[in-house]
Amino acid sequence: MLKSVKTGLGLACVLAVMAGCSNTSSDNTSGEEYTQPEVDTQVETSVVEESETLAPLENVVYFDFDQSLLNPETRELLIRHADRMRGAASAVRLEGHADELGTREYNLALGERRANAVRDFLVLQGVDAANLEVISYGEERPAQMGSNEAARAMNRRVVIN
Amino acid sequence: MIKSLLKTVVIIAIASVSLGVRAQLVVDITSGIDDPTPIAVSPFSWSGGGVLAEDVSGIISADLRRSGLFSPVPKEDMLSFPKTPEDVVFRDWRILGTEYIVTGRIEPQASGYLLTFDLVNVFGQHKMFTKQVRGGQTQLRDIAHRAADEIFQSITGIRGAFSTEMVYVQEEKRAGKPSYVLMRSDIDGARAKQVRRFSAPVMSPMWSPNGQELAYVSFETGRPAIFRENLRSGERKQLTNFKGINSSPTWSPDGTKLAMVLSKDGNPEIYVLDLASGKFTRMTRHFSIDTEPNWMPDGKSLVFTSDRGGKPQIYQLTLATGQVDRLTFDGDYNARPRVSPDGKTLVMVHRNRGTFTIATMDINSGRMRVLTETTLDESPSIAPNGAMLMYATKRGDKGILAAVSLDAGVKYNLPSQRGDVREPAWSPYFD
Repeated sequence: MLKSVKTGLGLACVLAVMAGCSNTSSDNTSGEEYTQPEVDTQVETSVVEESETLAPLENVVYFDFDQSLLNPETRELLIRHADRMRGAASAVRLEGHADELGTREYNLALGERRANAVRDFLVLQGVDAANLEVISYGEERPAQMGSNEAARAMNRRVVIN
Repeated sequence: MIKSLLKTVVIIAIASVSLGVRAQLVVDITSGIDDPTPIAVSPFSWSGGGVLAEDVSGIISADLRRSGLFSPVPKEDMLSFPKTPEDVVFRDWRILGTEYIVTGRIEPQASGYLLTFDLVNVFGQHKMFTKQVRGGQTQLRDIAHRAADEIFQSITGIRGAFSTEMVYVQEEKRAGKPSYVLMRSDIDGARAKQVRRFSAPVMSPMWSPNGQELAYVSFETGRPAIFRENLRSGERKQLTNFKGINSSPTWSPDGTKLAMVLSKDGNPEIYVLDLASGKFTRMTRHFSIDTEPNWMPDGKSLVFTSDRGGKPQIYQLTLATGQVDRLTFDGDYNARPRVSPDGKTLVMVHRNRGTFTIATMDINSGRMRVLTETTLDESPSIAPNGAMLMYATKRGDKGILAAVSLDAGVKYNLPSQRGDVREPAWSPYFD
């Protein structure tokens, strides 16, 4: 358990650095936070920003082809989810999905890898791992039908339920 | 020889219950070899009353045409309809360029039919064989496929696979909700019938080596689980219920084990389940995705997909030593390997200039060849004679099945009249 948290931390640091690199030209109002390897600081900041609102949060996050990396917008959203999940005892299902490209069994594994990436990030934010269940549907339950990139982009996703 | 043939068809009679006509797949031939052998299957005589429910000689013609190796003479072009080798006027058929003629006679039996058929070589002007196939009331198609197998083998030297079947997954909409059906049909798409209907996704059907059972993955419990199902009795057993992925079941050639993928250790690993003892043995140890195992015919090693090198590629795992060797090096996406019955060729899903196609690779030389020009091709499944493979592709937004020969010369489609179809699994021989 400790080992997996450590690995997760390492990954988060790498992601944070990567996000920093790719964000240099865009607005840095929130982007700056992600250049810091100190993950805990991010959490504090977000709590202040989000404590007022309880409107339902967007519960789907999206990925690039054959990727399970969390982009900066996704991480920001997940931090807000984590704020609500912490302390709450209710179980949450993380449903990983893939697009139609590639093979079905590999996509089942890819969906799980994406859901695991979301789980690891939420755990890093202090959410109890015992409350998070990962399930992958691969490409078997597309959100949008159609053999085009717009549909595929909507299908490479993790749904937080 | 003939005795064993009769026995087989009689055995099928017990297994196959007559079912009403359902949505079938319709064959649509898209390409054949340049110089197919001209053959005439003369309409068979029927000595019973009324009209037969099936056009037996027509089914044999269609089987031979679908193989791509034959160009059957259309009935309209035949100058006569010989019923026996003695009726054949060789000069007429030589003018047509016909190399072989099949004649046949169907007789009623106590409960079924007896087909006596002859294969005649036109240029040699001699009869090659006379054989008989017997079947029950509902088995005219079985009789036709069995006769086509005999004709095909006699001329090409390759065992015919027209009597084999396939299973596939059909997705339908019922009252706005998706419904997933495990279907079973003749290999030409006819006589499609439901094995089982599910309200959650079902995937990865695989035949047991004796053709009596299926293994597949169903999400009916809320997570993917592996089931085995006996096709005769309908008896079903859930084999796995681990946390995470339970997928890609595949029977060992001797039928005693099932290789599969479990992610209970944190990421997908290949396991082998001993069916008699229920014991699971972990075969791979790697933090990457390891999936889609398939057995080599000798049962001593598995091929599988792994992205341990950064992209999905195909690897071989020697079971005795645990040694893993990479097999594919061409391209950045090679996955879901299947091994030909002689163990010499891999077929796989291969990304070629951005599209997903079916490719073969000669295992010895590593030489890769793309077989298909369609895109979004997946789930290749090889015929037990190693001559053709069935795969899933898309036409427009609709999932269809298609077939291609392993030398890429012959191609045909099997579009469904209803719903999306995918994940074909070609049966083994049933005898």
